[in-house]
Amino acid sequence: MKAETIAALQAARSERRAVVLATRLSDAAEALVYRDKAEGPLAGDAAVVAAARRAMEVGRSETVDVGGAKIFLNVYVPPARLIVVGAVHIAQSLAPMATMLDFDVTVVDPRGAWATTNRFPGVKVVQEWADEAFNKMGLDVSTAVVTLTHDPKLDDPALEAALRSDVFYVGALGSKRTHAKRKDRLKEAGITDEQFERIHGPVGLNIGAKSPAEIAVSILGQIIEARARRLEALLAPKVAAA
Amino acid sequence: MSDALDVLDQVGKWKASGKGVAIATVITTWGSSPRPVGSQLGVDDSGAMVGSVSGGCIEGAVVQEALAAIKDGKPRLLDFGVTDEQAWDVGLACGGKVQVFVEKVN
Repeated sequence: MKAETIAALQAARSERRAVVLATRLSDAAEALVYRDKAEGPLAGDAAVVAAARRAMEVGRSETVDVGGAKIFLNVYVPPARLIVVGAVHIAQSLAPMATMLDFDVTVVDPRGAWATTNRFPGVKVVQEWADEAFNKMGLDVSTAVVTLTHDPKLDDPALEAALRSDVFYVGALGSKRTHAKRKDRLKEAGITDEQFERIHGPVGLNIGAKSPAEIAVSILGQIIEARARRLEALLAPKVAAA
Repeated sequence: MSDALDVLDQVGKWKASGKGVAIATVITTWGSSPRPVGSQLGVDDSGAMVGSVSGGCIEGAVVQEALAAIKDGKPRLLDFGVTDEQAWDVGLACGGKVQVFVEKVN
């Protein structure tokens, strides 16, 4: 491994960019394969780059055989991230539980009285409007977004931004009636029916959750399920179109 | 990911300070191996270690190979069968096999 390779992996981590380090075991020749580019002596081998991108999608490091050469693919994907919009009571349960599940948690709320680190020890708290915060953070496929404020002025811009991104999960707190009204508003903002269907609303698995902590469990159960289903779909054998 | 990159952070520091450094990486596992694929052990030329590739069973042998790789610059592919007995000795009630790739940091 080259010292520059280590520096590149560190840079990818701080930018939350997924990268795969491909190493040919016979001579330790390398390629760094990103979603949009590949660098290094092995980067010219299209089969190696393709295998690396597939490993990136699945999120699993492995040794593969490419044209008779053994190649180790070491996958570095950013940790799953949960962005909670609304520094409310449910968020106070959701944030520590998600941290326990190894999510990188950020709570976003423009209201200063709510978004305090006192109420959310150990997680990132951002006192900004959701769309502004999202712009800075960058939404990606390993991010889940949950809106909890009950206030369309705060929730809607967050949902709009999330639905226009490729986050793996979008959830919105609110009753069926609230959700129907939300659909009308977001439609006016240019969100298609297909995009809207991505929202899990009312949020959470239907386990009869009542207390904030129980609701947090139902939301996290749904997020875990969404992530697992996505992975299953990626691993499923591709059926050729008839 | 944070685990593996913590190892690389230390390896990068060693390298920047002028030390000879090698990295060992678990590249294949069979059965119930103690550490998953991608786990890494960094070794400097004095034999100091960071990270782990087995939870203790094979680190000694891997460090020897890492020191040799620092000297001759050649990569190495090591096969280990972790027997149930060895595994038991280090407090892991499981067996398994691991393949470890050792390379010098240039």
